[in-house]
Amino acid sequence: MILPGNASCQGCPISIVMRCLDEISNPVLAIPASCSTVIAGLHPKSAMKVPVVHVPFPSTLAVAAGLSEAYKRLGVKANVVAWIGDGAADIGFAALSASAARKDDLITIVVDNEAYMNTGTQASLSTFWKAKTTTSPTGKTEERRNLALIMLAHKADYVATASVGYIKDLRRKFRRAEEMKGFRFLQIHTPCPPGWKFPSEKTVEVARKAVMSGAWILWEYDGKLRLSKAGEKYALKENRIPLEDYLKQGRFSHLSDEEIRELEQKIDEDWELLLRFS
Amino acid sequence: MRTEGNRNDSGIKKLLTSNEAIAEAVRIAKPDVIAAYPITPQSPIVERLAEMVGSGELDASFVRVESEHSAMAVIHGAATAGARVFTATSSHGLAYMFEMCWWIAGSRLPAVMAVATRSIGAPWNIHGDHTDIMSLRDTGWIIGMAESAQEAFDMTLQAFAVSEEVNIPFAVGIDAFTMSHTAEVVEIRDVRLPERRQAYRILPGMEVAVNAVTVGDARMRARYDLAVDLEKSAEVIERTDNEFGSHGGLVEKYRLEDAEYAVVMAGGWCGDAKDAIDMLRDEGVKIGMLRLRFIRPFPEKAVKGLPSEILVVDRANTGIRGILGIETSSCGVEVENVVAGLGGLDVDVDNFYRLFRKFVDGKLEKVEWLI
Repeated sequence: MILPGNASCQGCPISIVMRCLDEISNPVLAIPASCSTVIAGLHPKSAMKVPVVHVPFPSTLAVAAGLSEAYKRLGVKANVVAWIGDGAADIGFAALSASAARKDDLITIVVDNEAYMNTGTQASLSTFWKAKTTTSPTGKTEERRNLALIMLAHKADYVATASVGYIKDLRRKFRRAEEMKGFRFLQIHTPCPPGWKFPSEKTVEVARKAVMSGAWILWEYDGKLRLSKAGEKYALKENRIPLEDYLKQGRFSHLSDEEIRELEQKIDEDWELLLRFS
Repeated sequence: MRTEGNRNDSGIKKLLTSNEAIAEAVRIAKPDVIAAYPITPQSPIVERLAEMVGSGELDASFVRVESEHSAMAVIHGAATAGARVFTATSSHGLAYMFEMCWWIAGSRLPAVMAVATRSIGAPWNIHGDHTDIMSLRDTGWIIGMAESAQEAFDMTLQAFAVSEEVNIPFAVGIDAFTMSHTAEVVEIRDVRLPERRQAYRILPGMEVAVNAVTVGDARMRARYDLAVDLEKSAEVIERTDNEFGSHGGLVEKYRLEDAEYAVVMAGGWCGDAKDAIDMLRDEGVKIGMLRLRFIRPFPEKAVKGLPSEILVVDRANTGIRGILGIETSSCGVEVENVVAGLGGLDVDVDNFYRLFRKFVDGKLEKVEWLI
């Protein structure tokens, strides 16, 4: 789906997710301004082996809805994929919410790298509490928004979180989305080496530690919410690795022990809230 | 292009507002996808279309979006896939979808949009002027402005035909309320448009990217091609005029044959101005009007053929001058320029008569505001 020699950074998690697109038949991608725009290739070349419609930042879900409606009417079999990240779920939130509410027949994939990476690591609604970015140089003061849970509140046909640290689970969720119809939403945790400031060979390790420390929860919803097998044991706090192990990233290097404890408490609250829906 | 069934003028006559006339034209054009968000005074167009889709009178997808930005984005996506598309908006709605207007034009996708031309805040005002539609000038859209409900009907159908031939989106302007909500007799001609045509469409299985990041001269070439093709669309508009009501092509020339004085205007308020011209003609003044039916492509040739005394009356300004005043003078002619009727401020036949009298008597400043 993505050719070697593309423009992604060393250790880029997005290109890992792009490789998994082979689980989805007849894909047509809509990609807004983001790292993925560059990875997909500069005109007149393309690094993708699938059709890509490049679109403005806030418009992805609405363009995808238009593509999907038109294919349906014109009798074209297609899986339209709204491929967003780098803050497109912020600026395009109204369109995302409307598309989910309409139950448009498309797959939304959020490659969640927790900031606006392509413009130089500015804080987004997805940025972790206390994380340093170029617009939160002393650490972000607001908590991250739980986008997947908001999609669940739309009663979307399928909602899943996934991680580049757990490719089998991720590919299974892509297959599940591909089998279904309607509005399908996947939010994939994609740790970004230059943005989060960790060595580029540690992308998968950092992604795994996010799950193992409880900081990223793997779950899916198709009318019923379930924890995914790959990460369900971390619901129990004693099974988790120390949060400090996950936080060994440049963006968290300034945290005091007290702040780490506070962060841990916020993670506990996230679990508690999510499990109320299960 | 060739259309069928619109050669005879024996269509049904109905009493319709320009909003309703546009909805009728869209029904006849059989779009695949309509996306729209409500805004006064455009809403009755898409309400009527939603009714038609609901009743089965029109077989189309009607996508209820959460904003005008998404309305334009949905039809952008649908057109990319090969669908015939329509939306409508006004004022702040057009401002909100402005980004996508650039994209659909830059992508060379055929599309039709009706604009019930209304002022843009601040301060709040829901009434008519041409501020909104004039903001489309730089985007690359074809911009037409109708004067009557009949012309709104005909221009909307022509818009689909022209847009799909030249691969440029087409906006049809109607004046807020004085046209959008005012009923006139309209002859519904059952035009059969050609099948949807477009330069390209994106389908599954194609290993192709559209609108990827450009470097070098790609963007400049794309803009140049669009500018050249927009100019060329004038020929298509002129050529197809007689298939869509014979309104005159890019312009309507009203009592201009022997005129020594010319008024240049556009839009629905031209009707009252024509009455004032008739009054002056009755007094023996050789005055006429060049009504710009199109702002893009701009009717440069017609402007160059005007007599030397020219008054441009604008319903939208840029700085102290009127927009059409600047556009007209850019054709190499001297003009006097009046800005009037902003925010629906009424300019009636008597106002026009006194204005034109002042013009003919040589008492107008170079630029004046009629307040």
